Amino acid sequence: MTFIKKTLASSIAIAAAAALAATTAQAEISDGEVRIGYLADMSGTYRDLAGPGGLEALRMAIEDFGGSVNGAPIQVYSADDRNSADVGANTVREWVDTRNVDMVAGMVASSVTIAVTNVLKENDKLGIISGSAASSITNEHCSPNHIHWVYDTYPLANGTAKAIVDQGGDTWFMLTADYAFGHALEGDVTRVVEESGGEVVGGVRHPFPTDDFSSYILQAQGSGAKIIGLANAGADTVNAISTAAQFGVVEAGQQLAGLLVFLNDVHAMGLETTQGLLLTTGWYWDMDEEAREWSERYYERMNRMPTMVQAGIYSSTMHYLQAVEATGTDDTATVREYMMEQPINDFFARNGRLREDGRMIHDMYLAEVKSPEASTGEWDLYEILATIPAEEAYRPLSESQCDLVQN
Amino acid sequence: MTMIFGVPLAVFMGQLLLGLINGAFYALLSLGLAVIFGLLKIVNFAHGAMYMLGAFATLLGMRYLGINYWAALLLAPLLVGLLGMVIERLLLRRIGHLDHLYGLLLTFGLALIFEGTLVNFFGVSGARYPTPEALQGGYQLGFMFLPVYRAWVLLAALVVCLGTWFIIERTRLGAYLRAGTENPALMQSFGVNVPLLITLTYGFGVALAAFAGVLAAPLYPVSPTMGSNLLIVVFAVVVIGGMGSILGAILTGLGMGLIEGLTKVYYPEAANTVIFLVMILVLMLRPAGLFGKEA
Repeated sequence: MTFIKKTLASSIAIAAAAALAATTAQAEISDGEVRIGYLADMSGTYRDLAGPGGLEALRMAIEDFGGSVNGAPIQVYSADDRNSADVGANTVREWVDTRNVDMVAGMVASSVTIAVTNVLKENDKLGIISGSAASSITNEHCSPNHIHWVYDTYPLANGTAKAIVDQGGDTWFMLTADYAFGHALEGDVTRVVEESGGEVVGGVRHPFPTDDFSSYILQAQGSGAKIIGLANAGADTVNAISTAAQFGVVEAGQQLAGLLVFLNDVHAMGLETTQGLLLTTGWYWDMDEEAREWSERYYERMNRMPTMVQAGIYSSTMHYLQAVEATGTDDTATVREYMMEQPINDFFARNGRLREDGRMIHDMYLAEVKSPEASTGEWDLYEILATIPAEEAYRPLSESQCDLVQN
Repeated sequence: MTMIFGVPLAVFMGQLLLGLINGAFYALLSLGLAVIFGLLKIVNFAHGAMYMLGAFATLLGMRYLGINYWAALLLAPLLVGLLGMVIERLLLRRIGHLDHLYGLLLTFGLALIFEGTLVNFFGVSGARYPTPEALQGGYQLGFMFLPVYRAWVLLAALVVCLGTWFIIERTRLGAYLRAGTENPALMQSFGVNVPLLITLTYGFGVALAAFAGVLAAPLYPVSPTMGSNLLIVVFAVVVIGGMGSILGAILTGLGMGLIEGLTKVYYPEAANTVIFLVMILVLMLRPAGLFGKEA
């Protein structure tokens, strides 16, 4: 009974807070606590790019903020979504129903994210997505209840593919993971290659996941294309790149283009295998003094350098807490609106701003993986070749299918 | 250019060779499973984990003890084989009289524990093991570039497979083994230490998996989940070959590698499922598997 009473009481409190916010924008923080849920793959394929490291980044943000907002303590819950949409949605539903969580952070596999954002929308809570790639999250799946922070497939194709065609890599062979994410990325890349004056001469769709890429690499070699585009992620990309190294693809004159490659992937494969690989990233730990400073603090706690996703979790949590502090409430609409009004410039984002579709746009970077000779340490892996300005990197609002934009 | 069903002959030949190399892997792994099932009647779900441990022993041995690849080829299977013997003594023996299902669940649980523990320490991205210097580079065969290391894997796997087959089917020790599992009481009365024989057999079976792990270390990223990805395919190979048939495991392993290789050329989307399709067909037509004896 106390549970029902509590839920009832908190519902009334939320309703009252929302009503108050609408009139005076002076609402209180619900239950006297800011409650944040961290949902990510903690044990599977995507563990290293977000996982426990992302949770640590979230905790760092809260500590740096002082542990409380306007006197209200900040409470963190965390869970492993096991890359399952069902597990993710049920966890968040439970958090919202029984613990009155205000904001959910993390979120990696796009399928889980889309399921979770539906739950958030039904319950009018806020989600800040840092790990997912699908650009549809702020396009056809956009909602007033979530924000997409670090990157998506649109700038990945835009950055890497365009730069490579401009450098003379005009014939492509696509190696695509045979599921929604791979198809979307392949489509984006094909469009960018053709628009830049190049041509996709062939491709193969491999099952997800695949351990042995030798056969596909042989087909790519046989195609004679200058560039082998990897429209896959995680272990698949890692396997494809290392297999290509064994078959002497680069020595024979072809180049690889990694369309979604994380720092931990490159670290795992080593520079011998990955040197010369071009990739697009939303952030790199060694890109400037501010980034380095934060990353070194992170390194002391995790003994690894952070990925762009982990840095993004810190950055977005900080921005959220500042909004809660400034507005004095954890009400979703009020906080989101304040977050949209404030420009974002921190150690993570340059020229960042939040658009009405929920996309946080910021400068992206074209990077090249260093050679073993050029690298000075275990984590000295990328050289930043170019900055892709925020407005050019992401899908323009004029092409958006998000109904928040059309209104 | 000569074409085979729309694919140039050269590409076709290359794919066949790669299929054979992958098949050698399947053969090596399914051989260990077949030995353990055939002689001990244990459905060893920890086999993938043992393969993974072999690769990890190789990696960590190099990183922390400076053990090179050639020494690892011997030491890693030995170490994992010993671990297997401890597991057999302490755990598997106690449930030997129960239904097969208990052994399956126990070994599956063990596999999860090994995997989870290593994920906790090393993450899931895995690490690279460098190709040994003597095996770097490749041969230009005309129709394809064959990395030396892959040729070595094919050779090493075939030699070990045939050696195992020879020991079990053609030597006195093998005869004891087969008799010991057929009628342990009788063998015991002849003065043969059957429990020791069983422990050694399990150790040998998992050592084969660890040997495959050492061979795999320079090919794939060494990661805690590498074994579980492969395990189901290898089980399908064993079922197709006939549970417990040594020769069946070797020949089916090679054959499935070839079939999978060809699928990758003609319809890559089905490459992961083709082996299971074959399994269904075989089970419908010959329920005991291609080389299995009808019970």
